[in-house]
Amino acid sequence: MSTNDVILTMRDVRIDGFSDDRWHQIIKGVDITLRRGEILGLIGESGAGKSTLGLAAMGFARPGCKFVGGSIEFDGIDLLKLNNAELRTLHGSRIAYVAQSAAASFNPAHRLINQTIEATVSHGIADQTTAKQDAVQLYTDLQLPDPDSIGERYPHQVSGGQLQRVMTAMAMSSRPDLIIFDEPTTALDVTTQVEVLTAMRAIVEKYNTAAIYITHDLAVVAQMADSIKVLRYGETVEDAPTRDMMSEPKQAYTQSLWAVRSIEKPPQPQVDSILEINHVDASYGKSVKVLNDVNIKVPRGQTIAIVGESGSGKSTTARAITGLLPPLTGDIVFNGQPLPAALKNRTKSQLQSIQMIYQMADTAMNPRHTVRDIIGRPLNFYLGLTGQAQDKKVMELLHLIELDESFLDRYPSELSGGQKQRICIARALAAEPELIICDEVTSALDQIVQEGILKLLLRLQEELGITYIFITHDIATVRAIADQVVVMFQGKVVEQGDKQEIFQPPYPAYTELLLSSVPEMNPDWLTQLQEKRAG
Amino acid sequence: MNTPTTPNGGYSAANEVTMVKARRTFVQNLWRTLKTAPPTAWFGMLVIFLYLFVAFFAPLLAPHGQAEVFPMAYAPWSDEFRLGTDALGRDVFSRLIYGARNTIGIAVATTFLAFLIGGSLGLMAAISRNWLDQVLSRFVDVLMAIPSLIFALMLLSIFGSSAFNLICIIAVLDATRVFRLTRAVALNVVVMDYVEAAKLRGEGLVWIMRREILPNIMPPLVAEFGLRFCFVFLTIAALSFLGLGIQPPTADWGSMVRENAGLIQFAEYDLTAALTPMIPAAAIALLTVAVNFVVDWFLHQTSGLRDEH
Amino acid sequence: MFIFNLVHGVMIHVHPILTTVIQRLGLGLLTLFVVSIIIFSSLEFLPGDFGQAVLGQAALPETVEAFRRELGLDKPPIERYISWVGNVISGDLGTSFSGRNSSGVDRSRDVWELIQPRLANTIFLASMTALIAVPLALALGITAALYRNSIYDRVVNSVTLTTISFPEFFVAYILILVFSTYFKVFPSLANISDATPFLEKIYRSSLPALALTLVIVAHMMRMTRAAIINLLASPYIEMAQLKGTSKAKVILHHALPNAWAPIVNVIAFNLAYLVVGVVVVEVVFVYPGLGQLMVDAVSSRDIPVVQGCALIFAGTYILLNLFADVISIITNPRLLHPR
Repeated sequence: MSTNDVILTMRDVRIDGFSDDRWHQIIKGVDITLRRGEILGLIGESGAGKSTLGLAAMGFARPGCKFVGGSIEFDGIDLLKLNNAELRTLHGSRIAYVAQSAAASFNPAHRLINQTIEATVSHGIADQTTAKQDAVQLYTDLQLPDPDSIGERYPHQVSGGQLQRVMTAMAMSSRPDLIIFDEPTTALDVTTQVEVLTAMRAIVEKYNTAAIYITHDLAVVAQMADSIKVLRYGETVEDAPTRDMMSEPKQAYTQSLWAVRSIEKPPQPQVDSILEINHVDASYGKSVKVLNDVNIKVPRGQTIAIVGESGSGKSTTARAITGLLPPLTGDIVFNGQPLPAALKNRTKSQLQSIQMIYQMADTAMNPRHTVRDIIGRPLNFYLGLTGQAQDKKVMELLHLIELDESFLDRYPSELSGGQKQRICIARALAAEPELIICDEVTSALDQIVQEGILKLLLRLQEELGITYIFITHDIATVRAIADQVVVMFQGKVVEQGDKQEIFQPPYPAYTELLLSSVPEMNPDWLTQLQEKRAG
Repeated sequence: MNTPTTPNGGYSAANEVTMVKARRTFVQNLWRTLKTAPPTAWFGMLVIFLYLFVAFFAPLLAPHGQAEVFPMAYAPWSDEFRLGTDALGRDVFSRLIYGARNTIGIAVATTFLAFLIGGSLGLMAAISRNWLDQVLSRFVDVLMAIPSLIFALMLLSIFGSSAFNLICIIAVLDATRVFRLTRAVALNVVVMDYVEAAKLRGEGLVWIMRREILPNIMPPLVAEFGLRFCFVFLTIAALSFLGLGIQPPTADWGSMVRENAGLIQFAEYDLTAALTPMIPAAAIALLTVAVNFVVDWFLHQTSGLRDEH
Repeated sequence: MFIFNLVHGVMIHVHPILTTVIQRLGLGLLTLFVVSIIIFSSLEFLPGDFGQAVLGQAALPETVEAFRRELGLDKPPIERYISWVGNVISGDLGTSFSGRNSSGVDRSRDVWELIQPRLANTIFLASMTALIAVPLALALGITAALYRNSIYDRVVNSVTLTTISFPEFFVAYILILVFSTYFKVFPSLANISDATPFLEKIYRSSLPALALTLVIVAHMMRMTRAAIINLLASPYIEMAQLKGTSKAKVILHHALPNAWAPIVNVIAFNLAYLVVGVVVVEVVFVYPGLGQLMVDAVSSRDIPVVQGCALIFAGTYILLNLFADVISIITNPRLLHPR
């Protein structure tokens, strides 16, 4: 069998989806050609149709979706002409699937090993004993701890990163010709993501399996794929081998996918601190301490980024500053004056000068209020503006965030993701604050929209001199907009300093691990990292 | 969808494409929604409207008084007594019409009271989430551990059956379920960032309750009002049927079934006589079916989901 | 685990599922205790002149006083509660109010004697209904969920939506009208006693059982359908399909092990509902059961009998829910196989 054998051909595939009482085009004629052992990266933003296309490669359409045109040929078999029973003989034997949420995709009632070999045994590819021995081998290949016994556990007994690797073993068990990876590392922290990526890449290489790798993260796909297809609104934007795509993307849209990485902020002069957090400990209930002796100085008129993985305490720090979670010990000094620990003891002007912007703009705005209500309320509450004066100020704020009067009477459901986040920014600005806490404000947004929001925030800082505390797990964002960086790990500050210092070696161990785990736009990054960590 | 760009090719946030709903008046919106309603919902609304009409204009529509006694017990159906008379010689048709007013009136009053008690306590529990929430929730758990009909029977045996007692007892027992639902849906809203944003702004509790939470929990509460009404209506009908609910001579459908039940055995001689006790029972069933149809459609409209309980 | 540490003062390793079950049982007992206080205190709320009302207007003040003393109303409530609970546990529910009269001659009967034969009859009717209704409802609910949005599903759905809107007595009278007076298939009065032979008992109880079944099946079927649809929407079910697993195996191997908890909850909820539905249906068919006894006792305000019946109904209800919770706990893989 030559390695140039084509395993999958999709021609002009069209899929419609049913929503709001009518059928919409989701996939509008996409072609894919995949050879044996080749990995294709499917990349695009939310709503681009990546997952739908990935499942289509299995001849499967989710409930509420239907094929309306085109052909899907897998190793000479037209999948769209098969009935359900015939498709089932291919699924789990020759084509396998790795889902995004491993925790939800494993049946909680069965042991991992039995789920790993289920398809292999039921399709008669191997008997129970052989399949189990092979599964242990796969667990070993995937660098799972205790490969001999981990299969005897239940899904809730292992961690997310391990579960994702077990799912890869499950897909690999029948030695399929094709695996669909559907955003397998999106839900994982960066340090875990590196381990899972390394393991997955090694195993598909070892068994020469063809794969379709779906993700929204270009840097991730660059490590995995031989060639990349960029999708947008159900259509192909660009198709190219990975190295060509990375070095010279043809389309403006493709370039915009790493737009955030193009923002640069010059070093800022030394200034006094607007806010100081001194020896703060905090915990939820009486259990574990989530903050342990946290000290942070926030420079006036600049941006300080607090970075860390989930559970590092970065969001808890924000809650302590706002007074939502009063610290157990330590104090928070704002403009030289100690802030009362609890929200209810703070004065109106203290509340006014610290504002917050949230990650999910969707849940940060009351769906039953119009833009006029949302921005108008702080104007009325803090500044006492009403009627005409209030409307005039709302309009000014809308222009400030690059929107116009036509948005005044819209409800949040009538705004795009980026527009929602802008309205939230306007609401924070309406209070005329000195400090704004931004909690992962761009992580739910598509790349091109992220760039717009970050540029807006930078411009507002220049014009109004506002201080930002930027809470994020995304190192690219930090590089783009921060002046100072705080690295947190397990409730402690690991490192704090100017961005230039932090991102220069030598690093403390955790910062090193965190920074080196962030995928880079270099297709050789993962290989180099592996070599470096091994050596 | 298009790329959000300005004519000169730059990126523009204002041009990001979104679906903006056309602005319409309340009446236009209502009409548009009604036009898409399925036949079952139309049927339901028609029936409810008819019942309300009869209840409001009962004295004008009924040929005789509800307690007016004629010297003819068990008179057959005729022009004068369209559905005959009962054991005491009262006109069944007139009592049926007055029954709409009495039975529906008491059920609506009870449901309102239950929502007033359960709704306000549920909202308070959800927002405060402190000892008050704990105390109320445990208390409701215990009340709900006794089947409500049995509890109602016990309380009626102590306090005696009167319309006032009936309304209070059923309302308090039903308020437990309203409490649970209000608390649950309000808890979903309380955790939203916009409520936290309002707290951070320094807003007072009443403002948060009225402006941030209440508008967002109305749809499930309105639907629950319909379902609770059905439940209350059936419970009161059952109690009246057992002779422990609305007391004579007030005309009421549940007790009318009981009073005329004996006529069923004459089915082979006179089918109309046998139907006499069935008509008030059917009247109860029809209204409940109608309300259920409307609630079903309403839930489908507001969330696309139907809570099957 | 915490409780055991307190009791024994040493760390004993107990499977967490056992602690969860024991906690749940403890909670059940606590509920039962609180409910018993509520039922007991119903005597406290009686109006002051109830002695006169029970014994009749002609009763002498001494007779009324003696009656109050017999009820122990001169003693403090806590003392009375303790002795009441003691009596209840040993099967003594007190004596009924009816049968007493102004002359002081006491022909009242022991409450347990009144309740016992009727309880047996009610259990007979309820079990007969449950045996028909539970399998029927589960079959209908599961098939409707599997063939969702088919014509079959829609028909079953609208029929059951209509049925749950019907008052129980309406369903009962329709059955009487059709099967008893029009076609004389079954008797309209379910007249049974201890002496009635078993098959005859079943025959005479057919209509009440059928009426209850119709009402229960509608509720139970709708809830089963919702629970199964909810389950089938899980990502692991899609995963199983994408592994090429056959439809039957997806249901039996992947859905069923996770379905016990929701299904048992549905069954318990509806059996508890059955306990209530039985009251009305017994009255319609003049079935000599506990429900009818309770209704009569409420009309004559015979508090000890009401208390006895309420205690039995509430106890059954609590036990059924407790049972469902315990099943949910012991079939939950997260608790069964702790980390």
